[in-house]
Amino acid sequence: MIDVQNLSKRYGGFTAVDDISFRVEPGRIVGFLGPNGAGKTTTMRVLTCFLPPSRGTVKIAGFDVLETPMEVKRRVGYLPETPPLYPDMAVEGYLRFVGEIKEVPKAELEDRVERAMKRCAVLDVRGKLIAKLSKGYRQRVGLAQALLHDPEVLILDEPTSGLDPKQILETRDLIRELAGEHTIILSTHILPEVEQTCEEVVIINKGKVVATDSVENLRNRLRGGEAALVEIGFGGQTPTADTVRAVLAGAHGASNVVLREQRGGRLLFEVESAPNANLRPALAATIVGNGWELYEMKSLAYSLEEVFLQVTRGDSAETDEALLEAPAEDLDAGAEGDNTEPEVQA
Amino acid sequence: MRNILTLATKELRSFFVSPIAYILIAVFALVFGIFFAVSVENFIRFFLARGQMGGNMPMDHHEMLLRPLLGTISTISLFLIPMITMRLFAEEKRSGTIELLLTSPIHDYEIVLGKWLAAMVLYGSLLVISLFDFAILLFMSTPEWKPILAGYLGLLLQGGAMISLGAFLSSTTRNQIVAVAVTFFASLSLWVAEAVSVFNTAAWARGVGYLSILAHFEPFARGLIQSKDVIFFVTFTFFWLFLTVRSLESLRWRA
Repeated sequence: MIDVQNLSKRYGGFTAVDDISFRVEPGRIVGFLGPNGAGKTTTMRVLTCFLPPSRGTVKIAGFDVLETPMEVKRRVGYLPETPPLYPDMAVEGYLRFVGEIKEVPKAELEDRVERAMKRCAVLDVRGKLIAKLSKGYRQRVGLAQALLHDPEVLILDEPTSGLDPKQILETRDLIRELAGEHTIILSTHILPEVEQTCEEVVIINKGKVVATDSVENLRNRLRGGEAALVEIGFGGQTPTADTVRAVLAGAHGASNVVLREQRGGRLLFEVESAPNANLRPALAATIVGNGWELYEMKSLAYSLEEVFLQVTRGDSAETDEALLEAPAEDLDAGAEGDNTEPEVQA
Repeated sequence: MRNILTLATKELRSFFVSPIAYILIAVFALVFGIFFAVSVENFIRFFLARGQMGGNMPMDHHEMLLRPLLGTISTISLFLIPMITMRLFAEEKRSGTIELLLTSPIHDYEIVLGKWLAAMVLYGSLLVISLFDFAILLFMSTPEWKPILAGYLGLLLQGGAMISLGAFLSSTTRNQIVAVAVTFFASLSLWVAEAVSVFNTAAWARGVGYLSILAHFEPFARGLIQSKDVIFFVTFTFFWLFLTVRSLESLRWRA
């Protein structure tokens, strides 16, 4: 559905996007992940025919963005970073205007506007001036605008920015719902968002694609082995932590053992495994074999956040130290996203 | 065509939901109203004074009253049009809505023509206000309507030319203040261009003089529709509209 080959985009001497290639199959949700200034927005602007590529080909539904931009525009719904809203228009009037310039047939216009408003939960403000709407509503009107003409491809630049936690969850649900009938690319710097909404991730940094894979594979690939957290109790006398560590390290497949916490008479260890080892059964057997009590064992998966930092940092640490600032910023944003989750569930 | 009308309607709406259209109409009505009242009063005084002196030369309504008044409209509009055109593109660029227009299945020229058309309609509604003033004359006399019609044709052509220039200048910036200031300056230059060629007959001076908007309007005010003036305004309009389309395109390349 989306086919990007060797795309480069230069502004004067500055290369914003450098020779990136990726493909998106119909109906998939792809997350575009990268630090600020990585080239996410530029790439999206090329996909929507807002900017022409400097080099390379971009095809959407088989149509080239340079040769047949009209065909591409008909098939793409786009939500830019700042929703393109006219503050002096009412929500409904604005959507009707968008429908008209997006070639929605007159007979269907009312129906489409109604549906888009319903889908994005803006029915209650349909008559309000956009200038008077809160940031969350504006974002959703922007989303309604993007999917109004029922495009095959949806391109969403940071669709959840500025929303409160409840709205973020609703928007993510909506996006997941839209996948299947639409092919979706969304950019974000909130990592949990990618983990929760997307099926595939394209991580870009400094204008280059540094990783492309499914969320699952990417996590595993970078992970190599797995890690487990074990909580061990000792019936009678407690051996020293070092003794226990040595024993655990002897378990089949364990490669690195770190004492995490001492809780009363119990010890918490984080055990990492060598790649492709079956760590947990061996660990359990070792513990029980020594006559200790296994209170808890849980698998620690790498979060995409760590993967992201690993990828963006490892790639550039030697060459450009200044860049480290950028991922650090994104870590904050990610942490922020994390914090909002429990609030919602509570 | 449907797209052009859609865009023009949207643009016109935003003129009339913001105070700008009303301010322009009010200012125009006031300024032209004052000019009109004063001119008519002067004309009547002159008429009476001449009667007392015993002169019985035929009076030319159009030459003495209507022509200067049409010229006044032309001058006032030079100063009001920058305020009509300033927001056309600058506002869309500033707020990012240009991204919506440029990623929709519409052609750049449709965007430009839609906006030009909307500005023309607003300008036209200013002209309609002045028609009310002229209608008053119908109570006192029977003015020749054909030269007035020619004058209004000239006003429309001149307005179209100025609006296309203003639209272009608005498309080069994201700041409305810059747009209005530069357009205003351009209007002034085109206004004074005529002065250069009055006494200087060198080729360059005549070239500059040719660009004078007012010089090309003058024959219309006299009731004269000359193809060379029509061609000047139409060419001027298309030239700037064309450049506006190119300017929108360049936005994609420079972004």
